[in-house]
Amino acid sequence: MLTIKNLHAEVEGKQILKGINLEIGKGETHAIMGPNGSGKSSLASVLAGRDNYTVTEGEVWFNGKNLLDLSPEDRAREGVFLAFQYPVEIPGVSNLNFLKTALNEIRTYKGLPTIEGRDFLKLTKEKQQLVDFNANLMNRSLNEGFSGGEKKRNEIFQLAMLDPQLAILDETDSGLDIDALRIVSNGVNKLRDAEKSFVVITHYQRLLEYIVPDFVHVLYNGRIIKTGTKELALELEERGYDWLKEELHLKESV
Amino acid sequence: MMNSNEIIDDIANKEYEFGFTTDIEMDIAPPGLNEDIIRFISAKKNEPEWLLEWRLKGFAAFKKMQFPSWQHFEMPELDLQALSYYAAPKKKKQLNSLDEVDPELLATFEKLGIPLNEQKALAGVAVDAVFDSVSVATTFKGKLKEMGVIFCSFGEAVQEYPDLVKKYLGTVVPHSDNIFAALNSAVFSDGSFTYIPKGVRCPMELSTYFRINAQNTGQFERTLIIADEGSYVSYLEGCTAPMRDENQLHAAVVELVALDHAEIKYSTVQNWYPGDKDGKGGIYNFVTKRGICKGNASKISWTQVETGSAITWKYPSVILQGDYSEGEFYSVAVVRNKQIADTGTKIHHIGKGTKSRIISKGISAGRGDNSYRGLVAVGPRADNARNFTQCDSLLIGNECGSHTFPYIESRNKTAMIEHEATTSKIGEDQIFYLNARGIDTEKAVALIVNGYVKEVLNQLPMEFAVEAQKLLSITLEGSVG
Repeated sequence: MLTIKNLHAEVEGKQILKGINLEIGKGETHAIMGPNGSGKSSLASVLAGRDNYTVTEGEVWFNGKNLLDLSPEDRAREGVFLAFQYPVEIPGVSNLNFLKTALNEIRTYKGLPTIEGRDFLKLTKEKQQLVDFNANLMNRSLNEGFSGGEKKRNEIFQLAMLDPQLAILDETDSGLDIDALRIVSNGVNKLRDAEKSFVVITHYQRLLEYIVPDFVHVLYNGRIIKTGTKELALELEERGYDWLKEELHLKESV
Repeated sequence: MMNSNEIIDDIANKEYEFGFTTDIEMDIAPPGLNEDIIRFISAKKNEPEWLLEWRLKGFAAFKKMQFPSWQHFEMPELDLQALSYYAAPKKKKQLNSLDEVDPELLATFEKLGIPLNEQKALAGVAVDAVFDSVSVATTFKGKLKEMGVIFCSFGEAVQEYPDLVKKYLGTVVPHSDNIFAALNSAVFSDGSFTYIPKGVRCPMELSTYFRINAQNTGQFERTLIIADEGSYVSYLEGCTAPMRDENQLHAAVVELVALDHAEIKYSTVQNWYPGDKDGKGGIYNFVTKRGICKGNASKISWTQVETGSAITWKYPSVILQGDYSEGEFYSVAVVRNKQIADTGTKIHHIGKGTKSRIISKGISAGRGDNSYRGLVAVGPRADNARNFTQCDSLLIGNECGSHTFPYIESRNKTAMIEHEATTSKIGEDQIFYLNARGIDTEKAVALIVNGYVKEVLNQLPMEFAVEAQKLLSITLEGSVG
């Protein structure tokens, strides 16, 4: 579904991604871990098309399309969803109106009829219950005055509503207490199926106890330096990242 | 894919939609401002002696006045002697029905989306169309007359209802109020007159549509609305002008009078030609608008959506004289390219228990400069007066300006005055967030702006709220930096 080949990217002239290779198949969940500043969130931003990142080398293919050629909105319409680490507040724009606009833009792009009125409300209710999102927040302005946890839960609610093929969760666990973490994870797990793939970016193994990944990748200094299964996450939890860094330096010095 | 700068350029070059001119035979007075021209206008309009005298008093006051210097922009040079003070479509005789209006004129208003043909007119809206200085047609006059509602051109009111005009003209905005009001008093050409009799709830929206067409003319219309005891009226004005390289002056006066328990709702959707992207041309919109809540428990509400004009300079105000009377001001002012707006309101709390509410939403894009200037004054008699002011600014891009000048004067200890202000910017982050949900940048800006101005647009009559929303989207299309 998603193929990343030798991806290099820079921001303000500084090289952040230095040759990422990653293959994500349908229905798979990949965790990306790594120390601060390793490029995890940059990878998410580059995939979503944030324009202060410049791709200097490499390719990204999504369902046979060159993702890097597409505008951010077209990437979303093709089925790439980024759950933001810091969702922004947009005063005056109601959550529901925003979601309806987004959903219908995506549907129009796919050649589907727009969804209106009662059908839309039915869908929101269904998804809101599925991911256990507070109904009162749906009519409020988009993220305005939401707590950190509410914003993250709103991201998962949007994910449920827009039903993308690939969801990238950028440190969705940061700033969540243990109950909120459980609710968010449950929501994500309910959305997992054979068609949908997830990239879960996180610092901590804790999230991966709830959202169990098929693969775990360690990102360090703009490159994936190790790939394993969920056991790798446990090992990282126990030993930290230093042993990996050392292993890497040994390899590089040979 | 266009980057944001390209989008900005793209929109900056977008043409003004209503910039066409109409080729029509006109009666135009020679340029120049003097007593002769005032007598000429008055005679042309077959006015009674008292009105001519009033005009001449206005002119005398005007001559003693200087242009103000307190505004937050550089006063453009105005050569008032170079302007022509009277321009009217030539007509052969008095018109009795719409069928006799020059088809070219009807076509012009049709093009502007203002059908004057009553069968085709917006349901529930009566329109008075003012072309250059003269009212050309008023729809639904007959139907309104059945209820005793007078809705006609100012000139007609002077002929038909001189007592009413004489009683109220200049009582809210005196002939010597300010230099532009004085100029208007001297040379006003036409405008709209409305009287709602006691206890009548006007059954339809009343609307005036102003169009400047002729070159080197100013437009000086006067609007006078009187809502008698217990009556209600909702009134809307719209404006457009052709694209011209030189600036044109629009110095109108609007006076509203609300008697006991009466309510006047006055809405403006102003889309005069704003000039080109370098600030060449455009209308100087220097207007004096004021209402008086003369009666107890009366209410006046101003709603304005200002997207046009090179310079918009006006403060629709309310004098809350009657006890428990209420004043409101809802405003959206948009500037882009090199447009300037210095607008706001003045609310004078005089009576007991008077209430006012001010919601101002400024939007600045391009190199536009937007100022909110407002006065809330509470007099010694205004026990328990209440005011709430909310003044928000939204910035788009890095080259625009936004300023707030709130004045509060309270002479009564029981008064409660609240002022809230915010400044925000449409951030790249917000746009990207919406992009990442499949919404393109144009739609994203429209969504954010419409959310921002919702509170004000909700005050407009339904049909016009939709129009205003569209107008805003068009005005701001792509102006994100």
